[in-house]
Amino acid sequence: MASNASLRYRCQLWQTARERQPETHPLTWRLREDNTRIDLDDYLAKDGYAAVRETLGQQSPQDVIETMKTANVRGRGGGGFSAGMKWSLTMQGEGIPRGYLVCNADEMEPGTFKDRLLLEQQPHLLIEGMILGAYANNSAYGYIFLRGEYVEAARSIDKALAEAREAGWLGTDIAGSGFDFDIALHTGAGRYICGEETALISSLEGGRANPRTKPPFPGQSGAWGKPTVVNNVETLCNVPGVMRHGADWYQGLSGERSDDGGTKLYGVSGQVERAGLWELPIGTPGQEILERAGGMRAGKSLKAWLPGGGSTGFLLPEHLELPLDFDTIGKQGSRLGTGLLTVVTEEQSIVSLLRNLESFFARESCGWCTPCRDGLPWTVKILESLERGEGEVGDLELLQELAGDLGPGKTFCAHAPGASMPLSSALKHFRDEFERGVSHPSRAAHEDPIPVGNV
Amino acid sequence: MATIHVDGQAYEVDGADNLLQACLSLGLDIPYFCWHPAMGSVGACRQCAVKQYKDEDDTKGMLVMSCMAPAKDDTRISIDDDEAREFRESVIEWLMINHPHDCPVCEEGGHCHLQDMTVMTGHDRRRYRFRKRTHRNQYLGPFIGHEMNRCITCYRCVRFYRDYAGGEDLGAFGANDNIYFGRHQDGVLENEFSGNLTEVCPTGVFTDRTHSEQYTRKWDLQFAPSVCHQCAVGCNTSPGERYGDIRRIENRYHGEVNRYFLCDRGRFGYGYVNRVDRPRLPEWRSERDEAPMTLEVDAALDRGTDLLRTARRVIGIGSPRASLESNHQLRELVGEANFSTGIVAAEQACLERMLRLNRESGVTTPTPRDIERHDAVLVLGEDLIQSAARLGLAVRQAALARREGLAAERDIPAWNAEAVKTLGQDRYHPVFIAYPTRTGLDDVSAASWRLAADDIARLGFAVAHAIDATAPGVADLDPALNDEAERIAKALMAAERPLVVSGGSLGSEAIIEAAGNIAQALSRRTQQAGLTLVRREANSTGLSMLGGHSLEWALQALAERHADAVVILENDLYQRLPDAQVDQALTTAESVIVLDHQRTATWSHAHLGLPAASFAEGDGTLVNLEGRAQRFYQVFDPRYIRPETRIHESWRWLHAIEAGVERREVSDITFDDVTRVCSERHPALAGIVEAAPGADYRVHGLKLAREPQRYSGRTAMRAHLDVNEPRPARDPDSPFTFSMEGYNGFFQPRQEVAFAWAPGWNSPQAWNKFTDEIGGHLSAGDPGVRLLAPQPGDHDYAHEVPVGFTPRDDALQVAVLPRLFGGEETSSRAAPIEARAVAAALTLAAGDAERLALKEGSHVQLMTALGELSLPVHLEAAFVPGLVGVPAGLLPFSANGEWAALSVVTHGPDPEAVDLHSQASARGEEGRP
Repeated sequence: MASNASLRYRCQLWQTARERQPETHPLTWRLREDNTRIDLDDYLAKDGYAAVRETLGQQSPQDVIETMKTANVRGRGGGGFSAGMKWSLTMQGEGIPRGYLVCNADEMEPGTFKDRLLLEQQPHLLIEGMILGAYANNSAYGYIFLRGEYVEAARSIDKALAEAREAGWLGTDIAGSGFDFDIALHTGAGRYICGEETALISSLEGGRANPRTKPPFPGQSGAWGKPTVVNNVETLCNVPGVMRHGADWYQGLSGERSDDGGTKLYGVSGQVERAGLWELPIGTPGQEILERAGGMRAGKSLKAWLPGGGSTGFLLPEHLELPLDFDTIGKQGSRLGTGLLTVVTEEQSIVSLLRNLESFFARESCGWCTPCRDGLPWTVKILESLERGEGEVGDLELLQELAGDLGPGKTFCAHAPGASMPLSSALKHFRDEFERGVSHPSRAAHEDPIPVGNV
Repeated sequence: MATIHVDGQAYEVDGADNLLQACLSLGLDIPYFCWHPAMGSVGACRQCAVKQYKDEDDTKGMLVMSCMAPAKDDTRISIDDDEAREFRESVIEWLMINHPHDCPVCEEGGHCHLQDMTVMTGHDRRRYRFRKRTHRNQYLGPFIGHEMNRCITCYRCVRFYRDYAGGEDLGAFGANDNIYFGRHQDGVLENEFSGNLTEVCPTGVFTDRTHSEQYTRKWDLQFAPSVCHQCAVGCNTSPGERYGDIRRIENRYHGEVNRYFLCDRGRFGYGYVNRVDRPRLPEWRSERDEAPMTLEVDAALDRGTDLLRTARRVIGIGSPRASLESNHQLRELVGEANFSTGIVAAEQACLERMLRLNRESGVTTPTPRDIERHDAVLVLGEDLIQSAARLGLAVRQAALARREGLAAERDIPAWNAEAVKTLGQDRYHPVFIAYPTRTGLDDVSAASWRLAADDIARLGFAVAHAIDATAPGVADLDPALNDEAERIAKALMAAERPLVVSGGSLGSEAIIEAAGNIAQALSRRTQQAGLTLVRREANSTGLSMLGGHSLEWALQALAERHADAVVILENDLYQRLPDAQVDQALTTAESVIVLDHQRTATWSHAHLGLPAASFAEGDGTLVNLEGRAQRFYQVFDPRYIRPETRIHESWRWLHAIEAGVERREVSDITFDDVTRVCSERHPALAGIVEAAPGADYRVHGLKLAREPQRYSGRTAMRAHLDVNEPRPARDPDSPFTFSMEGYNGFFQPRQEVAFAWAPGWNSPQAWNKFTDEIGGHLSAGDPGVRLLAPQPGDHDYAHEVPVGFTPRDDALQVAVLPRLFGGEETSSRAAPIEARAVAAALTLAAGDAERLALKEGSHVQLMTALGELSLPVHLEAAFVPGLVGVPAGLLPFSANGEWAALSVVTHGPDPEAVDLHSQASARGEEGRP
């Protein structure tokens, strides 16, 4: 497939059109073999906006929420929180203003490129999902908060929004239902923290991308103080299928593999034969995905893997047999995250990899709370020290302590806990690699004294 | 109320609080940074972590930030829990990673919240061994020093500056561990409350530059409870002295007046106390042109009594910037019939009307804190940020408070600051403002109108009429303005606690009467209306209660030789009336005695000049604009470091002269004696004896200490004068000692707190130890006593509605516009205030300027009957056509409402010509070596 694969990078879906059937691959069955964008006509020809037509005005918003709750579409951005449950908590009713539906398309999780596929090639599916979401949540307006670097996706969304508006799928009285809704595209300025839903809202409002405390949840007081729902691209793209075919169908997609329903856009990056994406039933084991990726590159062997991005904990080869769903991976001290595997080979240094990851997380801290802002850079400095073989006795214990202090409940948002997860899991599984970086006992003075009068 | 369990102990707390606030109110210490009692919680610093347990059986618990957790009934927490303690220690360790540890050279050292919290958590060993991140600092103007390397990123500065005070030019920049708090570029911080950054900042990022110039550690300063003399609000301050100079002014917590915040004029305007050109010895000149000779006290008193004994009739001119006691003593000396308040007739008429309204409108005057609880505000004829800044800040909080109500509807607690802000957005309680030009509160106002004084009054009368049809209506009111009046009336009526704010800033009695009518109309319709009337000077209210003739009367009596001698108390008459008028009176008078702490234009006319104590060297009572009598205490004995000085309180000088005139022995007199007699003479002032404890007040048999117990250098500080250390001066006037000996604790409730210190709490956060609950009142009750209250009775509306303002073709009407920096007599003599004052300009409506062919910055000559000014023009599109706005302090106050002609100055202005009173601007060097 990908017969016209050009030099320009595209996220690759390595599944044939034959394999991708409407009833088994709700996210990708329409995608074209040539990887080009599905325009409105194409989308309509393939059942597009049917769910909107069948739902708006036919079912009540509460019905939509009920269906979504039953389908149990768990947040595909990595949180795993039931979208239907989230929607049921959005404030609606008398005295409550209509709020916003925001699509979190700020895909910046290290090793993750799944939303990009949908955004670039099938933007109408997202728009359809957003219309349904807006209908359920009584949202007055929608925003797609898009990662700034996704310029191809921006082009694609822009075109799709214009097409949809032109055809009456956006605007007033959508499909004759009396429901009004429109969407604006907002391109982010490049901060990972904007993927955190409340930071995303702060940024969308034009403020600093600082997260907000919960409660109040965005559904109570979100963007500009109005009820706001933030859902990931993939989550929203699941909505049309659920509304079209029902919650039971959705639940059945994963068969016996998992308690979670539906499919998942899985992927692999790293030193495998074929990095890319696959839409598979949720709960597919890592082993199968790795096999679809052609296994490790010749001569490489797997040392560890991250199940769903840089903010998930390291797993070992023995964990490849586990079904990749939210609860199973959660029990292993990691998180499913985005479901895009990053493989680490035996010759790759865990310390270097971690230093790279933690540098990223330290840089991307918004600077609001102390442990994250000042603790993460310290872990980076220690990791750099260990990487250069200049670590001190006590550094591992200090890293361990920091990993604990950056954990859940201690920081303002989930950013630092996300950063601490690979750190603490690496220390657990690969302590020897860290120990090799320790060269001397603890010293009193810092290693890089600044000459007096020099600053 | 709620019951919470802290480390196994049950406590009753306010369930509306968060756990941090509840615990601090209980006296339990939890370290914190980003939380501030006036600004709520944001959960950023993570310093206040405690262990919370689900229920009695939960032994594991989990860490929560106490500032972000509600103090719900049956909450179980542990402060002492090991994990919580270790985490709190870690937080300090992180905060210290990039902190420069420059405490020995840091201005914050010794009153640093970061130091206190570091000690509290027990962090004392550095493990971070890498290079620190550094920042460049900015020039932020004459008030605030900037040292970003000390920053611990608690975000308090921007939360105060932007969210609380409405400033826009300070922000958070950058991300990760490279957050920068500053301006977009170097420059003067624009907000009028920037000085509070020095107290809000928990460490030494924002420090008091006026203090840095003459730095002294907090523990080496001598303090006394004081009251700001720079406007009529009466904020409580804590001035600190060392080596005979005031070194800084800090906020002194008062639960009803200023609470945690001061304005920049009050904080940085003290420099006049330290001027080297201050009169420090009595001066005598027999002829006006002679150079003065200095005298000893006895000689001065002899000459003074001689002058007065030989006089036919002596006029006393008091002062609204002097204490009640000094004014009273002057009145005793010259007799009631010969006493002038020193206030011009027009202003006095305004003051009397305000006083009458305070008593007869049937509406109470809210305390400044109470203002924040009003849910609709109408401001008539005041730019509060300029004329009574701290009140303006309170009105801003009243507007913002709508958010808390909205938040409550969604179960968001009021302390959850960011959530309250997010939900509320720009929804404010309605504030309406009518004023000739834009004001500092326009940004939170529902509407503001640019109107001339008479039209402001008409709008006000129309509002009253719209509320109560029996109130007089306004004939021929512009229908559009009438609609606005009805809109205002509707909003005030819809409010639970409407507030009318007005005052004498524009010198218009009509505006005050209009405000009074609205208040009366409201009082007939609702129970909880408020009326706040702004006076101009620190003791304007007190003087209007004391009573006396106008200043014009006094000058006329002298000019027409009905009297031949005059005693002028702490009053530069040239600030109030035209030079010629004052000159004539003072040159005609046979004898002129002036008491002042400043070398004013008036002082230069004195035959006998007596060096008076400023607020720093003497005691006195002031009555603020809400009618609260408040005592300020002598901070230091001026003779201790400068034995040659002969500075005394005016009331002491005047008492001695009175004794001399009456050929009595000069007996000892104490402050309590004067206050008692004053209260007996003036029934309206009877309450002032209750304003403060007498000199015999003791705690556990101890007097109160003016100096912290670590005060150092006492035996050395006078060594250049005398190797023998004298005993500290005794203070017969107050319960305070000039020493570290005496009570300085917080455990025994007391109203008069010279400086806030408690073990482990050296920063201004120590005030939390002196309050009954966090953000409440001082545990012994807030100091001072309210003298004004509505008197029962049925009072009629005012009926004199002015005709509307009509612009003239040939002249412009002068509106003297108060200004915070440069608009007040004494603080204008402080170098930092001079530096901060914006270059004076005449404000004109853009249309008028066009007609006169003037551009922005054109230099013009303004000619009035009261004097001339040469200034550049500032154009404002929405300014009232036909008016010219003149910054306060350049023309005598009585110029308000005068008609003036403008002419273009072809050659650039003489920079000195701007100031009419060249003597008043005589530059005195600030500070001493």
